[in-house]
Amino acid sequence: MAILNGKKAVIIGDRDGIPGPSIEACVKTAGAEVVFSSTECFV
Amino acid sequence: MDLENQKRVKDFAEKYGPENLVVILGAAEGEAAGLAAETVTAGDPTFAGPLAGVQLGLTVYHICEDEMKAEVDAGVYDEQISMMEMVMDVDDIANEMSSIRNDYCKYL
Amino acid sequence: MNGYPVLKGASYTLAVTPDMVIHNGTTQTTEQIVNPDSEYLKELPGHLRSFEDAVAYIPNQVYIGNAKPADLASTEFPFYDKKWPNASRDGKYGQIMPQDEFYGVIQICDVFDLVNLEKSFAAEVKGKLAAQNLFTEAQLAVLDKNESTPEAITALVNDEHAEGLYMNNKLVGAIKRAHDVDVNLSAHVMLENLVTKASNVISLIELVKKAGVAPEEVDYVIDCCEEACGDMNQRGGGNFAKAAAEIAGFTNATGSDVRGFCAGPAHAVLHAAALVKAGTFKHVVVTAGGCTAKLGMNGKDHVKKGLPILEDAIAGFSVMISEDDGVSPQIRTDIIGRHTIGTGSAPQNVIGALVTNPLEAAGLKILDIDKYSPEMQNPDITKPAGAGDVPEANYKMIAALGVKKGELARGDIASFVKDHGMTGWAPTQGHIPSGVPYLGPLRDEVLAGETKKAMIIGKGSLFLGRMTNLFDGVSFVVQANDGSAQGGQGAGFDEAAVKTMIGQAMRDFAKGLLGEE
Repeated sequence: MAILNGKKAVIIGDRDGIPGPSIEACVKTAGAEVVFSSTECFV
Repeated sequence: MDLENQKRVKDFAEKYGPENLVVILGAAEGEAAGLAAETVTAGDPTFAGPLAGVQLGLTVYHICEDEMKAEVDAGVYDEQISMMEMVMDVDDIANEMSSIRNDYCKYL
Repeated sequence: MNGYPVLKGASYTLAVTPDMVIHNGTTQTTEQIVNPDSEYLKELPGHLRSFEDAVAYIPNQVYIGNAKPADLASTEFPFYDKKWPNASRDGKYGQIMPQDEFYGVIQICDVFDLVNLEKSFAAEVKGKLAAQNLFTEAQLAVLDKNESTPEAITALVNDEHAEGLYMNNKLVGAIKRAHDVDVNLSAHVMLENLVTKASNVISLIELVKKAGVAPEEVDYVIDCCEEACGDMNQRGGGNFAKAAAEIAGFTNATGSDVRGFCAGPAHAVLHAAALVKAGTFKHVVVTAGGCTAKLGMNGKDHVKKGLPILEDAIAGFSVMISEDDGVSPQIRTDIIGRHTIGTGSAPQNVIGALVTNPLEAAGLKILDIDKYSPEMQNPDITKPAGAGDVPEANYKMIAALGVKKGELARGDIASFVKDHGMTGWAPTQGHIPSGVPYLGPLRDEVLAGETKKAMIIGKGSLFLGRMTNLFDGVSFVVQANDGSAQGGQGAGFDEAAVKTMIGQAMRDFAKGLLGEE
C-alpha cells in the first residue's frame, strides 16, 4: 500500500539538509496533499 | 523541533486524524532526523514544545529513504534531491528513521 | 576607473558573556517560560566556561587571528577539550573582551541614559577599559556618572521593566526601557540593540587599531547585523551603521544598514564594492555586531552531552573595502553569484546559482578557486546539536555539483573538501559565520602568495521571517591583485592601455591608407 498517496503531508525540511519546498515538489508527485511545509534552521 | 512546527503537527493530527497524516523530514543528519521523528511519534524528547508527552505515533519518513524514492517521480527527485545523496549519510539517516518507526509508529 | 575594489583590512572581535547566555539567549528565555523547572536550566550554569577557557578555545583564537584556519584543520576533533598554547585575548585582528568590560562598552554606547551600572562595579570596569586604550577619556567618563546602589538596580528590574545585567548571576546593572508603551523600545529590545551596537563599535575600533584604518578617511559604513532598530512607527528604521561609527569616531562617514539574514554581510560587501568601483566613495566599511538571542542556542544538546556551553560570546567584525591600491586582494565585481527568485530551493540549484554559474560565466572551473568560504560555523558547536558540519556539507555540495557537471570524479569529493575547504571556526551568531570570517586570513594568505583566488559565499534563511518561503545567497570572488589599477598585466580592463593600443592602430591604419594612395 502506498505511504503517500491520498495522505495529508506535513513537511519539516532543513536548511542544511533538504529544504521544505524541495520535499514538497517530490511528495506532490506521489499523490499526497501538502498541508504544511516549513524549513528549520539550526544555525 | 521548532515549537511552532510542533504545534502545527499536533493541530493537523487532530484535524485530519493521525492515521491520515504523514510527516516527511529533510534533516541533514541521522541524529537530527531521529529526534524529529521521535518528536512526532513518541513526543518531544526535549520536553519544550506542544508535543512533550504527546504520543502521536505518526507515520514519518525522511525524503531520502528508499520508501519515499519508490513513490515520488524519479525526475523530480533527481532535480530536487539527488545531489544531496552525495553529501548526507543516507544510510545513517535511514537506520535512525526505521528504528524510530519500529518503536513508536502506530499506523504502519 | 581601473582595477577592482580591494580588501584593505578586517577586524574580528568577541565578548564572552556567560551571564547573558542565561538571561538573554532565546533557548534559555523560552525554556524559562515553557519549562521553568527544567533540568536543563538547573544544569546550565555548571556548563558555562571561564573567560580564560573561552580565550584559549582554538576556534576563538582563529577568529581573532592568533591561530590560522590551517591550525584548526590540524587539530583533532572535538575542540572544546583543547587549548591553544600562548592564547591571548589580544589578537592580530581584534580581541576577546570579558563580560564586565563589555557592560562598560554598552554604557559608553548608550546615548539615552538607559544603562545603569552599580557604582563600584562601574568604577572597576572603567579602570579595566582604560587599560585597553579603546575609548577617549570623555567616553570613559560616562562610567563615572553611575550612582546606583544594588537596591536601586534591583528596583529597576523588579518594578520598572528593566533588563538586568549580571556577573556570576549577581545583578550589577540594568537597561531600562526607552518608552512605557512602545514594544520596539522595550528594555528587551534596547538591550539587544545596545549589545549589537557595542560589539559593532569594538570591531570598528579594532579595525582602526589592528588594520591601520584611518577613521577620518572612511566615507561610508554599512551595518549588516540581523537586529532592527526603530520605534513603533518604524520598527526597522535602522542605521546601526551610523550609530556605531559615531562612537568609533568615523567623523567623515555616513552610512546605512543592509539586511539579508545570514547572507547580510555578503550582500553588504557587494554594496561596498559597488560603491567603490563606481567611484562614489573611496573607503567603505562593512561592519556588524553580534546578537544576544543566539547565545546558548544549541545549549540543550551541549549540556546533554556534557559539553561546555560553546555559544557564550557576542561576535563582531568589520571590513574595509577601498579603491584599488595595486597591492591588496581585489574583489571581482564581475564574478558575482546570486540566488534569484527563480532559482528555487533545490540544493543543486542553490549551489549552481552561487558557485558554478558565476564561475562558468567568467570562464573558470570549480577547481580554479583555491579556497571556498561558505558558512564557516564551528562544527564543535553544530555537530553535537545534530546540525552536522555546515562548512563541510557546503564543500561536499560544491564537489557533488562538480561531479554532476563532470568537473570532478566522485572519488575526489573528500580530497576537494580537504584541499579547497576549511574547518569552520566562527561562532553561530547568524550573520557572523557567513563567508566573511575568512576575509582577514584571506588577505594575509593572498599577500603571502599562499592563496590566489577564493570565493566568499553568504547564505540566508529568509523563510524564518515568515514573509517568503525563499532562500537567499550571494557570492563573490577575491583574487590576488592583478595590477590592473596601474595598467599592469592581468584580467582587469585597463582603459589607458586600450586607448594607446587603439591610437596606435588608427595611426597604422592611416599610414596604410596614405601608403596605398
